[in-house]
Amino acid sequence: MQGNEACAEGAVAAGMRFFAGYPITPSTEIAEHLAAILPKVGGKFIQMEDEIASISAVIGASLTGAKSMTATSGPGFSLKQESIGFAAIAEVPCVIVNVMRVGPSTGVPTAPSQADVMQARWGTHGDHPVVVLCPTSVAETYTLIVEAFNISERWRIPVIFLMDEVVGHMREKVEIPDSGKLKIVNRAYPDCEPEDYLPFDADAGDGVVPPMADFGTGYRFHVTGLTHDRTGFPTTKRPEVDALIRRLDSKIDKARQEVTFVDEVLTDDADIVVFAYGITARAGAKAVRDARASGIAAGLLKAKTLWPFPDEYVERIAQKARAIVVPEMNMGQLVHEVERASKGKTKVISLTRVDAEPISPSEILSVLKEV
Amino acid sequence: MAKPITYYLRTDKMPHIWCEGCGHGIVLGAVLRAIDSLDLDKDNVCVVSGIGCASRAPGYLDFDTLHTTHGRALAFATGIKMMKPGLDVIVLAGDGDLAAIGGNHLIHAARRNINITTICFNNSIYGMTSGQYSPMTPTGKIATTAPYGHIEEPFDLCELVFAAGASLVGRGAAYHSGPLSRLIAKAIATDGFAFVEAVSQCPTYFGRRNKMKNALAMLDWQKEHAVTKKAASRLSPEELADKFVIGELGTRTRPEYTKRYESIIAAAAKETDENV
Repeated sequence: MQGNEACAEGAVAAGMRFFAGYPITPSTEIAEHLAAILPKVGGKFIQMEDEIASISAVIGASLTGAKSMTATSGPGFSLKQESIGFAAIAEVPCVIVNVMRVGPSTGVPTAPSQADVMQARWGTHGDHPVVVLCPTSVAETYTLIVEAFNISERWRIPVIFLMDEVVGHMREKVEIPDSGKLKIVNRAYPDCEPEDYLPFDADAGDGVVPPMADFGTGYRFHVTGLTHDRTGFPTTKRPEVDALIRRLDSKIDKARQEVTFVDEVLTDDADIVVFAYGITARAGAKAVRDARASGIAAGLLKAKTLWPFPDEYVERIAQKARAIVVPEMNMGQLVHEVERASKGKTKVISLTRVDAEPISPSEILSVLKEV
Repeated sequence: MAKPITYYLRTDKMPHIWCEGCGHGIVLGAVLRAIDSLDLDKDNVCVVSGIGCASRAPGYLDFDTLHTTHGRALAFATGIKMMKPGLDVIVLAGDGDLAAIGGNHLIHAARRNINITTICFNNSIYGMTSGQYSPMTPTGKIATTAPYGHIEEPFDLCELVFAAGASLVGRGAAYHSGPLSRLIAKAIATDGFAFVEAVSQCPTYFGRRNKMKNALAMLDWQKEHAVTKKAASRLSPEELADKFVIGELGTRTRPEYTKRYESIIAAAAKETDENV
């Protein structure tokens, strides 16, 4: 199946029952596929009047208890940013898919890019927690979108699912796991009486994530994008503002282990390691195999979680490898994170490509040969 | 009222943030009396707002309440209504929120005819940010961003929303709070998109700059300039020029959106059955 279809199918398997979207290349097939399959499982699909309306409807639907998702590409992702911040501060689980295309602005709508990596982390204003996942294949799209929902529900945060045009549009074989074998996580519900419910009291949960009631079930609570206290009502009291922002931010540190997905290929004895993500990691894998064939001890660090950045993996590699090569379809974005996490212990080499074509294995191989 | 108004209020969240003389409390009272007259279950009402003075209203109401981003209340409400069509979903919004930044959502919610009741608290100004002109500021009036007098024409929101496809539109005023409340009750009871423009007063940021020194003067203005549909039919266009028409201004019967969506689910189920 196609990557975008795998995204749609995986989301439904994860329990997603509400999708709101707006047509945009190269993500449109996700909406088209969901328009057909969601009503078959009793779910609802709506094409909204614009990108902002789509993410807004998704947040509204999630507040009723429905796992909800929207999908877009660069220009639409920019438009959705304000509401992504709302989901972060109001702690409303939702998944936002961005099938990356060349930007800025309209750019090249039909061609791949990886230039939204920083925007995915920092696109909305203010300090806020998000997790960003990035699949490298169609099969991985299916399984990883399930994780996106699990993380979003578990931690009550928006999860950004960063695909690229190649992964979105290519067709590959996918073995659909039996539905019983998929690990599905649902949000924690309050176990108190409605009159005792404090909707933003994390101490009623695990100290970080408050249990979440659905709208329409008698809990009668308030949700706002203003800073709020544990009752959910607005506050500007400095200690309460501080506590809220710090608690929201702490979700990422607490979740780090659980949400970090990294694959290592031949890194044990590697002299040079390729750090890559998305479709570029596929080129990286081929380059590493070819390098090994020509006697270079190369390895691959494939990041499926981009944020939180997998610092510990990079630092460990940096301690033993001579160099880390970072190929990206942008002007060099995550390479700065690789440099930061390597703490000067190894040489970090950036390989960039911004001509609307994916990076080829031979390009990476030639860098591996030069190091 | 069958129940005291405090039954519907989160009185522990008072005092409210509205200025002395603000009309929004009167409009909110009309909304609550309408809810009371329909005997709606508090657990089954969801009130959604955007940003602005009017949008702070839900915080004082004892329902499930959602205070969203600027202009987007109807889009959030659409997600809620789709996934829980049984809820009574009410959007409370100011004129800037609804007619400027949220204008696109307003016409599309009306076009879909989704069963959401929208009340526009129209005070003709951006109050929260201290008095900039809105799409509802009358021509010639003074605002902080129109120091020489406003040169744009306001919308007729009721005409706009009815043309877009709403099932019911109407207008009321804070001064005429009884008829306003009855109009809102009819809007809530309508099975489709229903829109009520409630003319409200902002003495602080509109009145003082426009020769209406206090709330009383502004309520007097409402009293003198509101005409019923029937009275309006007897007036010439010149006589109507500085008046506003109150009452139920348009109704039609159209299929409601979430009910229509059930036909999609039925069609999809049929296709699944045929393939099995």
